Amino acid sequence: MTSASAGRDWTLADVPPPPRTASAVADPPWVRGLLIGVALLFLGLFLLLPLVTVFGQAFSKGIGVYLDAITDPMALAAMRLTLLVAAISVPVNAVFGVAAAWAIAKFEFRGKSLLITAIDLPFAVSPVVSGLIFVLLFGAQGLLGPWLTLHGVKIIFAIPGIVIATTFITFPFVAHELIPLMQEQGTEEEEAAVSLGASGFQIFRRVTLPNISLGLLYGIVLLNARAMGEFGAVSVVSGHIRGQTNTMPLHVEILYNEYQGAAAFAVASLLALLAVVTLVVKRVLEWRMGRASRAL
Amino acid sequence: MSIEARSITKSFGTFTALRAVNLEVKEGELVALLGPSGSGKTTLLRIVAGLEFADAGNVLFDGEDATERSARDRRVGFVFQHYALFRHMNVFENVAFGLRVRPRRERPSTREIRERVHELLRLVQLDGMSERLPSQLSGGQRQRVALARALAVRPRVLLLDEPFGALDSRVRKNLRRWLRQLHDELHITSVFVTHDQEEALELADRVVVMNQGRIEQVGTPEQVYHEPATRFVYEFLGDVNIFHERAEDSRHGGIYVRPHAVEITRRPIGDGAVSARVQRVHVAGPTVKVELVTEFGDLVQAEISQEQQRRLALTREDAVYVRPNESRVFSEDYSI
Repeated sequence: MTSASAGRDWTLADVPPPPRTASAVADPPWVRGLLIGVALLFLGLFLLLPLVTVFGQAFSKGIGVYLDAITDPMALAAMRLTLLVAAISVPVNAVFGVAAAWAIAKFEFRGKSLLITAIDLPFAVSPVVSGLIFVLLFGAQGLLGPWLTLHGVKIIFAIPGIVIATTFITFPFVAHELIPLMQEQGTEEEEAAVSLGASGFQIFRRVTLPNISLGLLYGIVLLNARAMGEFGAVSVVSGHIRGQTNTMPLHVEILYNEYQGAAAFAVASLLALLAVVTLVVKRVLEWRMGRASRAL
Repeated sequence: MSIEARSITKSFGTFTALRAVNLEVKEGELVALLGPSGSGKTTLLRIVAGLEFADAGNVLFDGEDATERSARDRRVGFVFQHYALFRHMNVFENVAFGLRVRPRRERPSTREIRERVHELLRLVQLDGMSERLPSQLSGGQRQRVALARALAVRPRVLLLDEPFGALDSRVRKNLRRWLRQLHDELHITSVFVTHDQEEALELADRVVVMNQGRIEQVGTPEQVYHEPATRFVYEFLGDVNIFHERAEDSRHGGIYVRPHAVEITRRPIGDGAVSARVQRVHVAGPTVKVELVTEFGDLVQAEISQEQQRRLALTREDAVYVRPNESRVFSEDYSI
């Protein structure tokens, strides 16, 4: 109020000219140039160069070798397994992530902070250790091993083990993405919906899910990339049985260790392609989410 | 529909939000729950709506116990302070929501829904805006959409939580007047929560003044303003002076006087006049505000008309006499 009334007392002529830099916190041009240069150099050296090398090496022995490598029965089996594992762990973790985020963001209950910490566990533990946990649990000499053997259930060195390990590793992605989003959105819209007579399922489908859809999709994209690319934990539990328990990353390692460089890079190039697609989708979603939140 | 809340008690952890509160709202009434933040008014409203459940006590609609009924089945229209519009739905879909989620047997046809929504949008004067998203509306427009959405399901009761709290003062006053008109047209039993005494006094048929989880007074705006039951009500409903007429008064609570009821004279007139010294005079505005200190050291704020000031010509350090024209004394057993 005082500033508004004071505003009438002076004219524009009294205002000092704005300083030449765009803002008070802007650095001089040479600092900006240096920082941008360092960032770009680092990016080129550590990210772009490897990506180019992967494709370069993949095609180094010609397109024939490339096509042979990715149509090899063992490679196809690895791709099928990778897709199968992703097809199971992605939906499982998407559902789990939404449920966990919903519980954490919208309710108050005992042990909530414990649950938040537990969700972060797979990020905190080395993937190799995660794999070993499952060997210790389900392996022949493991805690549940004898019982499983007795009932003819094979988990370690078989597909179920790979699925379990991958699901464990990728379990925080969706929840991590959704918890802050849902906390920020609060519960008022849900309360409005219930006072208008909506059932629990109607509230979820018509109010909550549309509000989190972009964040959920974002989480799923990252989750999928990790599920297909996971190496450490899967390597421990898979047993590397060719054509049976080899996922794409494991197949690449085997080829590489057998000095089939071009073939290894050919399969690796498919994973690299997945990474590029993931980044593009991620960028598009970020852009749309930015627009959605700005619109509020 | 009438509402009755019987000895409602509610705590959140160690904080007691409501202590055995009783409230009655008659059919067709517009009632304000007025109090400072933390007085329990919003909690009481949410318990009536079924969005919160009381630790003890009952909620009755038309004499029928609804305590155990969920918010979904109470047929209560609730308007939130921050509107709580469905952000991904346009205005039309927001208003239609309550009709679309009905079980198939009770759901109106698409045509009926369209007619009902447009009828409501006309009522809240937003008929041309049905395609807009909430983010494309102003605060006042959003609040009117929220109101239309709540009315769409033909609620038996309308509950509004600080409905104008997030709006600027001009929009607030317009919307307030408009809500009163709307209530007079629809005659729907309504309860609204506010911390603004002017809003409560201007809008409501009856005002419920709350403090620290208790009801201090229930009455018409005239009653709570002119016959405040407690010291808290007196202080909350307007500016107040506490001053002493005799030196021995300081042992008591003193006398409560509103600034406009303080009479200032150059000479001592009648009973109860106390000598005072003028500290400051603010002449800008419709009335003149005078700050004084009495002989017993009480700081007194008085409001006199411009005309009186012309007659008195008060300036700093003037020695004058002040006398309360209408005042109240509250017994000491009540503590704030």
